[in-house]
Amino acid sequence: MAEIMPDEAPQSIPALLARNARRFGARPAYREKEYGIWQCWSWIAAAEEVRALALGFLALGMARGDHVAIIGRNRPALYWAMVAAQSVGAVPVPLYQDSVAEEMAFVLDHCGARFVVAGDQEQVDKVLEVSARLSALEQIVYVDRRGMRKYDHTRMNALADVQAEGRAARQRFEAELAARTAALTYDDACVILYTSGTTGRPKGVVLSNRNIIETSRASCSFDGLTEAEEILAYLPMAWVGDFIFSVGQAYWAGFCVNCPESAATMMTDLREIGPTYFFAPPRIFEQMLTSVMIRMEDAGALKRRLFERYMAVARRYGPAILDGRPVAASDRAAYGLGDMLVYGPLKNTLGLSRIRVAYTAGEAIGPEIFDFYRALGINLKQLYGQTEASVFITQQPDGEVRSDTVGVPSPGVEVRVAETGEVFYRSPGVFVEYYKAAEATAATKTADGWVATGDAGFFEEGTGHLRIIDRAKDVGKTADGSLFAPKYVENKLKFYPSILEAVAFGAGRPFCTAFVNIDLTAVGNWAERNGIAYASYQELAGHPRVLEMIQGHVEEVNRALARDRMLAGCQIRRFLVLHKELDADDGELTRTRKVRRRIIEEKYADLIAALYGGADSVYTETEVTYEDGRKGHIRATLAIREVAPVAVPAERMAAE
Amino acid sequence: MTGQVQPAAAEAAGGDRRIGPVVMEMKNITLRFGGVTAIRDISFDIREGEIRAIIGPNGAGKSSMLNVISGFYRPQEGEVWFRGQRRPRLKPYQVARQGIARTFQNIALFEGMSVLDNIMTGRLTLMRSTILDQALWWGRAEREEVAHREKVEKIIDFLEIQHVRKTPVGRLPYGLKKRVELARALAAEPRILLLDEPMAGMNVEEKEDMCRFVLDVNDEFGTTIVLIEHDMGVVMDLSDRVVVMDYGRKIADGPPAEVRRDQAVIDAYLGVPHDG
Repeated sequence: MAEIMPDEAPQSIPALLARNARRFGARPAYREKEYGIWQCWSWIAAAEEVRALALGFLALGMARGDHVAIIGRNRPALYWAMVAAQSVGAVPVPLYQDSVAEEMAFVLDHCGARFVVAGDQEQVDKVLEVSARLSALEQIVYVDRRGMRKYDHTRMNALADVQAEGRAARQRFEAELAARTAALTYDDACVILYTSGTTGRPKGVVLSNRNIIETSRASCSFDGLTEAEEILAYLPMAWVGDFIFSVGQAYWAGFCVNCPESAATMMTDLREIGPTYFFAPPRIFEQMLTSVMIRMEDAGALKRRLFERYMAVARRYGPAILDGRPVAASDRAAYGLGDMLVYGPLKNTLGLSRIRVAYTAGEAIGPEIFDFYRALGINLKQLYGQTEASVFITQQPDGEVRSDTVGVPSPGVEVRVAETGEVFYRSPGVFVEYYKAAEATAATKTADGWVATGDAGFFEEGTGHLRIIDRAKDVGKTADGSLFAPKYVENKLKFYPSILEAVAFGAGRPFCTAFVNIDLTAVGNWAERNGIAYASYQELAGHPRVLEMIQGHVEEVNRALARDRMLAGCQIRRFLVLHKELDADDGELTRTRKVRRRIIEEKYADLIAALYGGADSVYTETEVTYEDGRKGHIRATLAIREVAPVAVPAERMAAE
Repeated sequence: MTGQVQPAAAEAAGGDRRIGPVVMEMKNITLRFGGVTAIRDISFDIREGEIRAIIGPNGAGKSSMLNVISGFYRPQEGEVWFRGQRRPRLKPYQVARQGIARTFQNIALFEGMSVLDNIMTGRLTLMRSTILDQALWWGRAEREEVAHREKVEKIIDFLEIQHVRKTPVGRLPYGLKKRVELARALAAEPRILLLDEPMAGMNVEEKEDMCRFVLDVNDEFGTTIVLIEHDMGVVMDLSDRVVVMDYGRKIADGPPAEVRRDQAVIDAYLGVPHDG
């Protein structure tokens, strides 16, 4: 398949693989830690593995246009399976490995997969469990042989056996494979990725070779990614980000994809690999920071003092140095010393020593967490993306990084904000369609290629950076017409460790108010240190000093909101601290801990009325569900606190 | 593939594992400690490739029985036959060389050593290089270490303990320690594996994991397994044949389903007044 495509314009992932085998040859393409050792495959070796597997797939009768489900943790063999499937003209459909059999059945049935490539026995079992309902399913291929010896193999094979068969059948299928790979065009489907879908059934997003390759090319040049990068592939293969990073960009730039030994060893593997390009959701960065902080608490006095002293230096000068802004020579020297004593060793421990570019996305990241990494000299940036966009919509260029924006439109992407505040985009990465859902496609994508994100945001004046504030459907206006973005306010509140959950109200109301849930662990700790006695959650939540602390946080949030002309109207005027934790058992949260606004509004209508009334306290009774399913009531009198709004800076107003 | 074809059921573990001929036989074993008779005239056999459980209430003599099988205790009366021969008195390393390994009820690992080193100790009897070789770390010693490490890594992979490979055993939670102990026993590449209450003190999830590992060991390596267990549920699901002991006597012997219905067994577990 090597000589078919000109070097400069490969039209498919298999064509890119062939190009890389020629261009990068012996450079590492894949590594996987197995049996305690990093096993390595060069581009030539990887191309050979993929070729053997593709020939094996032909021997099993895989046809053009077949859908091949891929289920398992990140392993080279599964990535090869995707590319091998593409080589024979089939389309890979990676599935979330932690999805239960039921969800798996839906996707497998919806895409009509003829083949399943599963990582291990656990995944095979799940597929078998629902296989009676899957009329299209014909063959299962598995990677890990363990526990599989006694299964009925009439329609099942180990991946290594399929490869062996492919190698044996080389002469028989070589011509056919070459023809099929050569026939792939830029507009053929490259992959189908099912979005987890917060509402309703998952949808299969069809991305073409053009989507993936154009996006990969643009984003690689945006960050100057080369074949020298190292990444760790540890995020779900079914997620579009992994497909872009570990397949699209890796094949475009020719860098090495490293697969961890197991999910539990990810942090150790990260340290051993020392990636240069890294993506993680905010949750991971948060966990890493927490583990550092806990270990520092246990460290000796000298180490602790060094850490505190130099982290203060880092916070002051680190971000400026990283952004290339002018910093006095003496401060630079202090930072240099800190780097030698603290930041360097710390980054090494975390496995982040070699990071050139790191991204986070998915949800809002706390500014303290974000600044911590920036201060250490780690180039952590934010991006905003969607499956439908082949990830990239906006991203932050080097030197223009802040925790509250998601950056400027990525190269080749057009972004506009509609009257309603909803963000739309158009780019070469825009998906082809939702598989077998023409209506949904039409509802999301206009004929001229604009896609609705469902998110509300605005472009910041001056910088041109996009800021995402909330889901478009949740954004409203207060009675005086100013913008109200509940989640934006709630996130700002939730960045404080003592606030676990917050619910903001204000749509159609004269001003904004909020419910606050305290975090029992954090506030309990604080109470212990400050000698505050309490007997129950309710008592602690109602304690005057706790209320004062929360009030302080709310005031700070108001100050931050006031700096933003667009969002100044979201300042919280009155709030109360809830006497019970919002709970999924009571239907107040989803199982993934997202606030269910409508239900809370109904259930606590009396409290909301009180927030907009004049009283300074309110008596309430609330029904709760205990873990064993029994119901009970809690009664409480809640204090309602007033917060003075902060005036919006005058010169900003004048600018309008 | 192996010629065995079976209906593709998730719980394919039942039925036709290749169970071979009798590999070990206890003949009229009686074991006394001073005036106390721990085991009274017990006979049973162990077949190649099976999972053989010994159950019974507290103090029934289960662990003593396991110690007789391992050769640690020498019974006053009766004989142990191993692979068709009467077994003479053995030193512990000789037992190990015969392909018998065990785990202990109260974990017996080197707490200060890493998981990896602990498992490496399981390969001690298989090492051939001399002290001099190892001190010089040249030629045979180095090659041997690499080969042994590879085997150990395969066991680590098999039991899914990669994440604690370098962790000192003392820092591990109980359930993982038990798994490390199993790993060390497996490192000796035993033909017969003796497990003394492998599930004791575990929570449900840990128990399920351990059950799976025991089945997998038996399935993948064809290892004969003799296990002592308290938890009736576990035993019934896991084993091919069960010996039930009570007050040092054998009160039942057979497949789980049969044993479960046995009146003597029900009595022993429900605590009928005894006159032993």
